[in-house]
Amino acid sequence: MRTVCVVGIGMSTWGEVWRKSLRQLFVDAALESINNAGVDHIDSLYVGCMSSGLFVQQEHLSSLMADYLGMSGIPATRVESACASGGLAFRQAFIEVASGISDIVMASGVEKMTDCSGDDATAALATAADQEYEVFHGVTFPGLYAMIANAHMAKYGTTRKMLTAVSVKNHFNGSMNPVAQYPFKVKPETVENSVMVADPLHILDCSPITDGAAAVIVTTEEVAKKLGKPYIKVLGSGSATDTIQIAQRADMTTFKASTLATEQALKMADKTIKDIQFAEIHDCFTIAELVVLESIGKYAPGKAGPATLAGETALDGKFPVNTSGGLKSKGHPVGATGIAQIIEIYKQLTGQAENGRQIKSNPKIGMTQNMGGSGGSSVVHILEVV
Amino acid sequence: MSMFSARNWREYPQRYRGEASKFKKSGKTYYPPRKVDPETGDTESKLVKLPNTGKVVTYTVIRTAPAQWSDNAPYAIAIVDLEDGTRLMGQMADVDVDEVKIGMEVQVEFRRIQTEGHHGVLSYGHKFVPKWW
Amino acid sequence: MAGIVGYGTHIPRQRIKVEEIAKVWGADAPSYKKGLMLREKSVPPPDMDTITLSVEAARRALIRAQNVDPKDIGAIYIGSESHPYAVKPSGTTVSEAIGATPDIHCVDFEFACKAGSEAMFVAMSHIDAGKMKYALAIGGDTSQGAPSDALEFSAAAGAAAFIMGNDNLVAECLYTHSYTTDMPDFWRREHEFYPQHGGRFTGEEAYFVHTKGATNAILEKSGMKPQDFKYAVFHQPNGKFPQRVALQMGFTQEQIDPGWLSPRLGNTYSGASPIGLTSTLDVAEPGDLILMCSYGSGAGSDSFIWKVTDRIKEVQDLTVKTATLLDENKVYIDYGTYAKYRHKIRKNA
Repeated sequence: MRTVCVVGIGMSTWGEVWRKSLRQLFVDAALESINNAGVDHIDSLYVGCMSSGLFVQQEHLSSLMADYLGMSGIPATRVESACASGGLAFRQAFIEVASGISDIVMASGVEKMTDCSGDDATAALATAADQEYEVFHGVTFPGLYAMIANAHMAKYGTTRKMLTAVSVKNHFNGSMNPVAQYPFKVKPETVENSVMVADPLHILDCSPITDGAAAVIVTTEEVAKKLGKPYIKVLGSGSATDTIQIAQRADMTTFKASTLATEQALKMADKTIKDIQFAEIHDCFTIAELVVLESIGKYAPGKAGPATLAGETALDGKFPVNTSGGLKSKGHPVGATGIAQIIEIYKQLTGQAENGRQIKSNPKIGMTQNMGGSGGSSVVHILEVV
Repeated sequence: MSMFSARNWREYPQRYRGEASKFKKSGKTYYPPRKVDPETGDTESKLVKLPNTGKVVTYTVIRTAPAQWSDNAPYAIAIVDLEDGTRLMGQMADVDVDEVKIGMEVQVEFRRIQTEGHHGVLSYGHKFVPKWW
Repeated sequence: MAGIVGYGTHIPRQRIKVEEIAKVWGADAPSYKKGLMLREKSVPPPDMDTITLSVEAARRALIRAQNVDPKDIGAIYIGSESHPYAVKPSGTTVSEAIGATPDIHCVDFEFACKAGSEAMFVAMSHIDAGKMKYALAIGGDTSQGAPSDALEFSAAAGAAAFIMGNDNLVAECLYTHSYTTDMPDFWRREHEFYPQHGGRFTGEEAYFVHTKGATNAILEKSGMKPQDFKYAVFHQPNGKFPQRVALQMGFTQEQIDPGWLSPRLGNTYSGASPIGLTSTLDVAEPGDLILMCSYGSGAGSDSFIWKVTDRIKEVQDLTVKTATLLDENKVYIDYGTYAKYRHKIRKNA
């Protein structure tokens, strides 16, 4: 297996981007990543996208995106694993370069979520849950995570304040991120007084609806060196699944797919979780960040909440989590999220995080954890700066 | 219009009668029925009818509801462990949403779950109501 | 003769008081309560309809029937004027839900408030004819009265189910009689949401002529007198009519009491006298005779004489009793909630 590197990054505007279409968002991010890497071509393209068919009635993104990027003719693949589509697209690009099939591959993700009504967006996102045995009964995504939250609170004594601390921390980090959709700080009382969506989750426990795209150039170390740009190495990649129905899991307070994907990635990287210095975690809801931190083995079950409250996962803490602002503040264009997580790790490892968001200790190894649905799929990558 | 009527009709045995598959090797029951036991890989199973009482293991109150249920918000949804240990999700009915608790004893009732607009089919299935008699 | 092997009831827990409705329409609650002898009525929440009420009632009837295999039920008849579909039977859904398909005869009945007793009548005829082992008869409704109409104070929801058979009876049917004329006292035209009625014309010439006609005929047929019965159940569009017809015909308040539910339930239409019968069976003793008489506008009455058997004591407590459904676990709703539940508020589609 060849060593695989990330050498260029690009992001479109994130937010309610009324002036840009699905393809325009993609092209903005893709061109930026190509220019940033300084490559003159790509051998192949992966596009992570959850549900362009439901959001904007457009499928067949592989060819459409290659065409509008001015690269019609190259092999292109659309990858879908709900909210983990971006992470999985990155993994496919990694595999293609590692295997020797291609030397320069673009891994991208895109979602255009505001071209439909809120009800339609809710319905589209709900397709990541079991239509016949969850959605049929009237549950929403906040509702699924709320049930996980109530179970976690009952089992481990996780508190409202711990959930609040996740939101406050991620908004603080996001306030320094120029691409964040909601780059403002929030006070604990603002989170706790915000409207209740699904008990115990308030609106400020939830990631928003976002338009956006992100792209990175994945290549060999040889090419990366030649390009002369900062690059990072992919040490490990992991991907795993779990039941998409939460009722069918033996334990609803942990994400098995995240545990398995992390174990795979760590094994490939020949590292332990203790070697990971910071992470981008899939905080689609505040409770998700806590449960993931436990599922990946960073904290024992029930301990992520107290650690967050104690500031361990803050920008200046022992293990900074979601320095980008996370899905909560930066936004969550579902298919693009997994790629944007890689971009934040790249920025931190290469010392390019903006506005005082740079982790002071100059970490060498970071991790991304991207998750689909209510935890039914997860993709983990471990990245190292050379 | 999607063929919602066919999709719903196909699920009647589970939705109307609570049919589930009980596997020979593990003795475990899964709802909805499956062909393969996810734990043992066993493919030998028989259809059983789920019991109609159980306990809430977790729940939430949906306050921002999907369009289909927006007139009914707020409503509670629970995951329930039935007497035989089978776990399933469903809406709570006949309850003040603020009274739903983990551990609450419930019984299964047959209710209307969805109404496909003004012209479409009605779908039925289980809801959980607090056990009171 | 054929009779009841098992019976069951379902009633929503939601209630609205006469005062709450009267307040909205500027009506005088005390005079309505006195005139109709009605305090409150049951209201179905949006997830209940005639089908769901029928399924629950049928499941309870199966519990009391003990050891009846649903596959041995040869017919299912649901009497209702509020079948959820205009075209597509309620009975097929109920049959699937109780596991009685596919070898079963199924028809939905409609005859204003007596569709339930019609179902009972026809179901027992199959048993008497020896065509099947068991037949399931259900009377249930989630009826609507037009806003501010007198009917709005009474139109309620509930269902009763009876598994009819020949053996293991809890009540044997000794006699039946049906009395029918063409009577335009109450109707609902196709595609109309609310029914129309003839006001005071629904009284003497309609309800009273038919209930008395059917009752007198069955008394004559059987050679029995009102005093021979332990209990009597009359159709109850309000509290007043069943009480008046009973007293006029020589029955006593004590005889009608267990089945006289309308003052605290409202008019459950096709479910009315059938639910009254379940409530009476809940307290009956072996050997008791029960007279039951339905009434449906249009118009007709079915009368039945039931003789309670020893087995009644085994089954009364097997599932929830009608009085428990009526008097416990109630929740009162306001007119706004009621109007929302009953789709009386005009919204954007």
